[in-house]
Amino acid sequence: MLENIRLSFQGIWSHKLRSLLTMLGIIIGIAAIIAIVSTIKGTSQQIKENLVGSGNSNVEIKLMQGEWPYASGNDTRPSYVPVVDENIKAEILAVDEVTGVASYRIGSMYDGINCGDIGLEGVSLIGADPDYLSLAGYTLTAGRLFTDRDYDRYMKFAILDATAASTVTTGESPIGKTIEIKGDPYVVIGVVEQTDTFTPKITSIEDWETYYGDSAGGRIFVPDVDWPMIFGFDEPYNIIVKPRSTDDMTKAGKKTADILNDHFTNTNSENQGENGYKYRSQDLLEKAKQMQEVSESTSRQLIWIASISLIVGGIGVMNIMLVSVTERTREIGLKKALGARKSVILGQFLTEAAVLTSIGGLIGVSGGVGLAYLISNVAGMPVAISGAAIAISVAFSTVIGIVFGFIPSLKAANLSPIDALRYE
Amino acid sequence: MLLELKNIYKTYIQGSMEIPVLKDINLSIDEGEYVAIMGPSGSGKSTLMNIIGCIDKPTEGTYLLDGYEIEKCKDRELSAIRNKEIGFVFQNFNLLPRQSALDNVGLPMQYAKAGKKERRERSLKMLEMVDLADRVNFKPTQLSGGQKQRVAIARAMVNQPKILLADEPTGALDTKSGEQVMQIFDELHQNGVTIIMITHSPEIASCAKRVIRIIDGELYEGTDAPKKHVASEQETPAEDTREEKEASEEEQTSEDSEA
Ligand SMILES: Nc1ncnc2c1ncn2[C@@H]1O[C@H](COP(=O)(O)OP(=O)(O)O)[C@@H](O)[C@H]1O
Ligand SMILES: [Mg+2]
Repeated sequence: MLENIRLSFQGIWSHKLRSLLTMLGIIIGIAAIIAIVSTIKGTSQQIKENLVGSGNSNVEIKLMQGEWPYASGNDTRPSYVPVVDENIKAEILAVDEVTGVASYRIGSMYDGINCGDIGLEGVSLIGADPDYLSLAGYTLTAGRLFTDRDYDRYMKFAILDATAASTVTTGESPIGKTIEIKGDPYVVIGVVEQTDTFTPKITSIEDWETYYGDSAGGRIFVPDVDWPMIFGFDEPYNIIVKPRSTDDMTKAGKKTADILNDHFTNTNSENQGENGYKYRSQDLLEKAKQMQEVSESTSRQLIWIASISLIVGGIGVMNIMLVSVTERTREIGLKKALGARKSVILGQFLTEAAVLTSIGGLIGVSGGVGLAYLISNVAGMPVAISGAAIAISVAFSTVIGIVFGFIPSLKAANLSPIDALRYE
Repeated sequence: MLLELKNIYKTYIQGSMEIPVLKDINLSIDEGEYVAIMGPSGSGKSTLMNIIGCIDKPTEGTYLLDGYEIEKCKDRELSAIRNKEIGFVFQNFNLLPRQSALDNVGLPMQYAKAGKKERRERSLKMLEMVDLADRVNFKPTQLSGGQKQRVAIARAMVNQPKILLADEPTGALDTKSGEQVMQIFDELHQNGVTIIMITHSPEIASCAKRVIRIIDGELYEGTDAPKKHVASEQETPAEDTREEKEASEEEQTSEDSEA
C-alpha cells in the first residue's frame, strides 16, 4: 500500500502539468466549498458571539397581534389578556429553564417627553417592575434605583440610561432634574448602564435592527405602576425571562409564552387567527437564525454548483486514468506475467486515482482558505475556517478518486496478460 | 514429467478467417531439461511459449504443469503459478523504466507478498549472481542491453521458479553480451533449473541439450524436421536476427521515452 502510494506520487510527479490540469476541477470545487462554508460559519459565529458571548441571553416575550408587536398607546389592554401578577410570575419561575422573570411595559415616544426645552425624541419609555432593571442587566452609575416604597406610593420617579442622560444634560449630573412625561413631572433619581453591554459587529442594516432597533434614542424607566397615570389606560405587559443557560433560550421563551397564553380568559375566535393577540418569545438567537437561514440557502445553492464542478473534475480524473491505463498496457501485461493478481493491479490504479484527487483536495483546501480570507478582506465578511469541513473535503476528494477511478482500474485489472504484453 | 502438452491447438480468428497458429502440439519436458525451440519467424514459437508460461491459453488441448491442470485453473491460481513456478525472460527485456534494477528484480517477490527485508536481500543476491552488484541502483535507461537482460534474468529467478522461459533472450544483444547470458543459463541449468529458450541461432541452440523445431505451427523433435525447412532456416538467420534486433531496439526506446 505504502509502496503503491509512493509509486503514485512518482507517477503524478512525472506528469506534473497533466496531473495539475486533471486536478483542476477538484481543486476549484473544493476551494469553492471551503470558502463558502468558512463564510457561513464566520457569519453564524459572529451572530452567536454578539448574542451569547455578551451574556445577553435574556428572552423577551411580547404580546403580538398577528406578525406585529402589540401597538402601545392607542388601545387599552384587551380584556382577555391577563394582568401579569405575582401568581403568574411564580408560575413562570417554576419552569426548569427559567431562573428569573420580570415584566415591563414599553412605548416608543416620538414626542411628549421633555426636560425643560430639550425634547427627548425617539426615546423608549419603559414601565419596569421591581425586578426588571437588575434582570435586564442594568447597574446603577449614579443616584439610586426604585424602592418598594416608590412602587407602593406610585412615586413619579424616573431612571435614565446613559443615552437618555446625555441628551438631558451635558456634563452635569441629571439627578434631581425634572422630566415631563405627557405633562406630568417626573424626578430623575438615577442613571443606569447595561453592564453586559456588547458591541456587535454591524455588517448590515438587518444587524442594526436586531441589536439597536428599539433603543437608539435611549431609555427612560418609570415604575410600572405609574403607567395608567401616563397613558390614562391599562396596557398589557411584556415579559423578560433569564434562561438557565444560553442553550435554553428557546425553550425558556416558548414555555413562558405558553403559560401566558394559557391565562387568556377568552380562548375563542377573538384571540385566534391572524389578527388575534398572542404572547410570543422574541428569542434573539432565533431571530438571528432566521437571518442566517436566508444567507445559508443562497450558500447552499452555491455549494450545489461547486459539487457539479467536483463531478466534472471526477470525470476528468476518469478520463485521464483511462489514458493512463492505455499508456501503461505493456507495463500491466508484464506485471501480470510476473504474477500480479487482478487485485494488485486494481489496487495500484485505484491508489493512483485516489492520491491524485486527494492532492487536488489538499490544494483546493488551501486555495479555499486563501479565498475565504480574501473575501473577508475585500468584502468585510466574517470568516471562520472549519476543521471538520477541511477533513470532510479531503476525505470526499479521496472518495471521488476511488469512485471515478474504479472503471479505469477495473479495465486495467481485467486485461489479459498476453494482449497487454503484445500491445503496441 | 514437469510439463506435458497434449493436442494443443491455437487458432486466431480475424474477421471471417481462421488462422491456425499451433496445430496438434504434443510435448513433454522433464525437470532439469534444457530445451531450445527453433523455427522460422511467424511459425508460432512465441505463441507456444506463452501458453507454456500460462499467459496465453490454447484454443484446444490439455496442459499439465507440475501437477496443475492449467485449463481448469482460476485467474488467482494462474497468477500464483506465473509468480512461483515460472520465470520469464523477454527479447526486449520489459523492465519498468522508472524503477531501479533492484526494484525491478524484487517485483515478483512483492507479488508473492515477501517482506521488505527479505525482498532486498534476495534481490541483491540475484543481482550478484548475474554480476551486477555494482549496478543495483541504476535505472534501466542507465544500463546497456546486456546488463538489462541480466537484470531481467535476475528478476525471472528471484522467486526460485522451476522453469525459466526465454523468448529470444539474445535476439537484441551483441555477441559478447549474448555469450554472457548463455553462460548464466548454463549455470542455472547446472543448478537444476528447467530452461526453455527460443532462438534463431544454431550456435546458441547448441548450448541446449535438446532442440525442437516449430514449422508452420507443427512441432518436430531434433533433426526430424523436413529437410527444406532446416536448410532455409540456416540460410537466413543472420538477416532474420538483425531485423528483429532493430525492431526491438525501437521498441525499447519508445518504452523508455514514456518515462
Ligand atoms: N493476437 C493475434 N491475432 C492474430 N494473429 C496473431 C496474434 N498473435 C500472433 N498471431 C500470429 O501468429 C503467428 C505466430 O506468431 P508468433 O508465435 O509470435 O511467431 P514466432 O514467435 O514464431 O515468430 C504469426 O503469424 C502471427 O501473425
Ligand atoms: Mg516470436
